[in-house]
Amino acid sequence: MPHAQSPHPLLEVTNLHKTYALPRGQKLKAVDGISLTVHRGEVLGLVGESGCGKSTLGRCLLRLLDVSSGQIKFDGQDITHLSDRALRPFRPRMQMVFQDSYASLNPRRRIDDLLADPLRVHPAPDGSTRTAPTIRARLLELMELVSLPATALDRYAHEFSGGQRQRINIARALALSPHLIVADEPVSALDVSVQAQIVNLFSDLQAQLGLTYVFVAHDLAVVRQISTRVAVMYLGAIVELGETDAVLHQPAHPYTFALMQAVPRPQIGAVRPPPLGGDIPSPVSRPAGCRFHTRCPAVQQRCREEEPALRPLTPTRSVACHFPLTT
Amino acid sequence: MTAKPLSVGPWQQAWRALLRNPSALVALAVLAFMVLASLLAPVYAHHIAKVDPFTSNVAGSILVNGQAVDIMQPNDNPLHLGLSPIGPTGHAAYLLGADSQGRDVAARLLYGGRNSLLISASAAVICLVLAAIAGIAAGFFGGLVDSILSRMMDIMWAVPVYLFAISLSIVTVSQGLHIGPFVIEADNLLIPIVIIALVYVPYAARPIRGRVLALRQAEFVTASRCLGVPQWRIVLYDILPNVMTTLVVMGPLLMALALLAESALSFLSIGVQAPAASWGTIIQDGEGLIYTRPMVAIAPGLAIVIVVLALNILGDGLRDALDVRDAARRSS
Repeated sequence: MPHAQSPHPLLEVTNLHKTYALPRGQKLKAVDGISLTVHRGEVLGLVGESGCGKSTLGRCLLRLLDVSSGQIKFDGQDITHLSDRALRPFRPRMQMVFQDSYASLNPRRRIDDLLADPLRVHPAPDGSTRTAPTIRARLLELMELVSLPATALDRYAHEFSGGQRQRINIARALALSPHLIVADEPVSALDVSVQAQIVNLFSDLQAQLGLTYVFVAHDLAVVRQISTRVAVMYLGAIVELGETDAVLHQPAHPYTFALMQAVPRPQIGAVRPPPLGGDIPSPVSRPAGCRFHTRCPAVQQRCREEEPALRPLTPTRSVACHFPLTT
Repeated sequence: MTAKPLSVGPWQQAWRALLRNPSALVALAVLAFMVLASLLAPVYAHHIAKVDPFTSNVAGSILVNGQAVDIMQPNDNPLHLGLSPIGPTGHAAYLLGADSQGRDVAARLLYGGRNSLLISASAAVICLVLAAIAGIAAGFFGGLVDSILSRMMDIMWAVPVYLFAISLSIVTVSQGLHIGPFVIEADNLLIPIVIIALVYVPYAARPIRGRVLALRQAEFVTASRCLGVPQWRIVLYDILPNVMTTLVVMGPLLMALALLAESALSFLSIGVQAPAASWGTIIQDGEGLIYTRPMVAIAPGLAIVIVVLALNILGDGLRDALDVRDAARRSS
């Protein structure tokens, strides 16, 4: 189901900031000046340690959070400061799958009722209100898309396993045939065996429906499997961005390198390099200069003084480091 | 998963859990009995006891074992002068004796139960509806709405409940209630119902507001927002069903408080107005007879204690039965 081609990239983010005011005048910069473009049909993996702002960024992209400054353009239209009401016409085209598959399903409503909500609220593409039989038909279609039996519609969220619940969440996000899906760590709360199934489901659906994903994760294996491009985040900013294979096999940023080194290797006698020292600094008082210099194994004087900008290394690759590992 | 024939909703699940709780069942049975007995008050008065519980009968007499006995009798206690109403007869007529106006206490007890239960139940329902509206508005919309509502509640909270109820009652009991062209007479039961409902609104609204504050942050509310669901639908379909459990648990507890408040007001002659009865007015009738005919005050007092106890036990049972997380654990 290819979407009508538009001259604009699907999602264009410019210098996005999300700052939380804390007591005593402090400011928490959860998202600190991010610019990126999401193209139609790609899967952009968003990785980083917990607390790096990747989920906040994901929620800002769909305007579930107000942004502090910067600009978000969806399909060429500025949605940066639209109200919930004004965003409503955009909702059928952009959806989210949440991390906590239980908390994101209302425990007091039956699944068919839950999934019908978006179909009742939004008019059909021809502008008419959907009738009960068309809604029911769509729900059955959705169940088939996510490989759940039709009987699942008559049940409540607590009767399902985590994986099944995540399928229901995916079905709900797909109900209105969106173009963009932001998946906020959709598999991190699941058992490893189930994780693979859900990631495969995401891949299949993408191929089948021509979807575009922003896939937030902290597990590099998951990102490697599904992403075409990957953005590595550290302390609210993107430090490296490029094709998945290139970034993961030849990291240019020392942080990406450290993340790759930390991946467990199924190899007898494999020697694990020493892990990164120290903790991720507080986003309330982030270090001057390069945001990674406090933990960087290759830190130099310039890193402590001057903040490196995200600059292109090759036409498809950017890195925010004064001394990238590859050139 | 396909083996299970039918899916059980959270309400059904709670109902089944309640039926497995013996103390809640007993409480439910006691309440059902009290309601039924009160509803049958006219049957008892007209067909069993054959008395008129609403008119003074100081000169009358009844047949006991074939002998006519005066309802007002010379006092058997030498310390008290004058006449004293007949005590418990052990017969259908005047089973619990007469009050100082010669009326059948047992029949009045049943009629009084009607008023007491009707007032307390209606007050609880009205209070919950108002508290739900205020609590949800304050919790969901926050900001200025929350500030205004919360400060109003704080002011009401600062006044002791009974003092507040008594002040309102004293005003209305003398002249009724005039709302524009509508006049509610002073003896209308609506007056105590509305007053009792109003004074307990802050107590019910505060926990609801807290619950809504938490629910507003719930992921499924964010999910609904993400789906473009309008706010009113979120309130109606996401917030309200989840607040409903809180309301249901508060219901019986609030009714118990309302029953006590009603009795207090009626005892002070500013609730249910004579000749109508309520358990509070009967206690007041019995106050003067407490040394000679203690049953007149004890019977309605006991009725109040039993109903309040049953309501509290039922409330506890409901709270246990409606714990959603518990329900999820049971089923998995």
